[in-house]
Amino acid sequence: MPKLVTASRFSDPDAAYLALVQARRNLTETQAAEFDSRLVLILANHIGDLGVLQEAIALAKSAGQEN
Amino acid sequence: MSEARKTIYRYDYRRSRDQKGAAVARRPVVVVGAGPVGLTAAIDLAQRGVPVVLLDDADRIGEGSRGICWSKRTLEILDRLGVGERLVRRGVTWKVGKVFSGDELLFSFDLLPEAGHKMPAFINLQQYYLEKALVDRALEFELIDLRWKNRVVSVDQLNDGARLTVETPDGPYRLDANWLIAADGARSTIRGLLGLEFSGVTFEDKFLIADVHMAADFPTERRFWFAPSFHSGQSALMHRQPDDVWRIDLQLGPDADARAEQEPDRVRARLDKVLKPHVYELEWVSIYTFNCRRLDRFVHGRVIFVGDAAHQVSPFGARGANSGIQDSENLAWKLAAVLNGEGGAALIESYDLERIQAADENIGHSTRSTDFMSPHSGAERRLRDAVLALAPKAEFARRMINSGRLSLPKVYDTPLSTPDEDVFAGTAKLGAPLPDAPLIRRDGTETHLVESLSGGFELIYVGDAGREARLCAPHGIKLTVVGEDLQDREGLFASRFDATPGTAYLVRPDQHLCARWRGFNAAAIARAHMRALQR
Repeated sequence: MPKLVTASRFSDPDAAYLALVQARRNLTETQAAEFDSRLVLILANHIGDLGVLQEAIALAKSAGQEN
Repeated sequence: MSEARKTIYRYDYRRSRDQKGAAVARRPVVVVGAGPVGLTAAIDLAQRGVPVVLLDDADRIGEGSRGICWSKRTLEILDRLGVGERLVRRGVTWKVGKVFSGDELLFSFDLLPEAGHKMPAFINLQQYYLEKALVDRALEFELIDLRWKNRVVSVDQLNDGARLTVETPDGPYRLDANWLIAADGARSTIRGLLGLEFSGVTFEDKFLIADVHMAADFPTERRFWFAPSFHSGQSALMHRQPDDVWRIDLQLGPDADARAEQEPDRVRARLDKVLKPHVYELEWVSIYTFNCRRLDRFVHGRVIFVGDAAHQVSPFGARGANSGIQDSENLAWKLAAVLNGEGGAALIESYDLERIQAADENIGHSTRSTDFMSPHSGAERRLRDAVLALAPKAEFARRMINSGRLSLPKVYDTPLSTPDEDVFAGTAKLGAPLPDAPLIRRDGTETHLVESLSGGFELIYVGDAGREARLCAPHGIKLTVVGEDLQDREGLFASRFDATPGTAYLVRPDQHLCARWRGFNAAAIARAHMRALQR
């Protein structure tokens, strides 16, 4: 039974996306990758559920493969 | 070289009774390898009345890559074997670890925050002192026939044993064993002679290990650095040993030249950065890589593998020699029970099951630590560094930092345990060694639970109906009544075992809990006893 929520949860998705974009603005590739790593860890801990995390990892991997 | 490193103990080869006649002698148990693991097996068996021939191809102790950290559970085993207190007195007791990133302290941890345990979380002690204590102890037993310079050169499996050819300064002789225990280390001759292979992973990273003699007032704790300024981006580990000896372990990476890195000038250049302005003497230097791997089975007919001969891990976490000693304690009582007819044949299978569980847990922890310390790629390193960067600001990241999860005994999922029918809280667990607790003897003297155990099966009964329990305790089980034989003055036994009046605990000879009940039921106890003996 999947537990990962993929339906939209932000009341203003554009604002959430903008926040993520702005966090990267003016970062080099390396800086952005380092930033992403920290952010992933913070969000993963906030989720705090290994099953959900694994579903999210699987989704991120599969979406990448379609490109 | 200082005094400590010169102390290599030598022993004399003696022609044994089995080299005399033409007939091949047959011995109940032959142990190959007089390191910590083989010595533990021999002493434990002898203490249980089993005669043991212990063979070693050398005539000395003190050489080679060496363990220094001995865990609480190992010390409890060694205490039962009669050397624990001597080792604790000789060793350096510690329980605090500190982890640094760069030169900044990220966090410290206490490995034994609760009181009431006889043995400390860890002692550090050079392996040669531990081996010396075990050899001294082994020599006290007439049942142990310790033969130096006896090198096994062939082994043949028999239906009911193993036949060895043993090379000595007087030439070879043959020896039959009902049971052969292979405790002959990472490069096990017995394993090679039987053609058995390891499965697992070899890690490429090289590490420099150095023992230095130095007067320093660094605190007595385990200190681990990720990327300190004194060691160019790699990890470093420092431990205190007795005799003003310090262990420094430096990660060198996969491309290091093992020969060049051992040149004294090169070693000194690295250590100067760590230790300056302290003056130090180099005692011992080695370069190592490591494996995380094990045999698919530890029991092969009448040949049983223990310690590094059976499984290997990285040194981070004190899981090598400690787990080997725990192998030996798991095997010794089972083998003794099978030899004296009390235990069923399946008891030996339970050694395979339980110690493979332990090996897999150790290999799992060791592999995770290594993955954290030596990321496999730039992308993995970036994630690791993100954990380190977050650690000062977020508790969750500190919990992810892995510089070696230090050895705790495996909780066995085992058919030897009788599943709980009643509910228990507390820290005592089925399949685990008993948590220790301070108790008072009848004569008013202080003791601890674990040291008070007899070494056989034992029923710990709680309450004042001890007399009744004594009348119907099954044969072959020692009864100890908490409240009569021992007093739980501080209440720590009660809280750790969730003990209430009438509760009974059945303890295996290796001090593991195998059954418990809220009430005394002689028939249930007898069934649990038979189950733990696989009869």
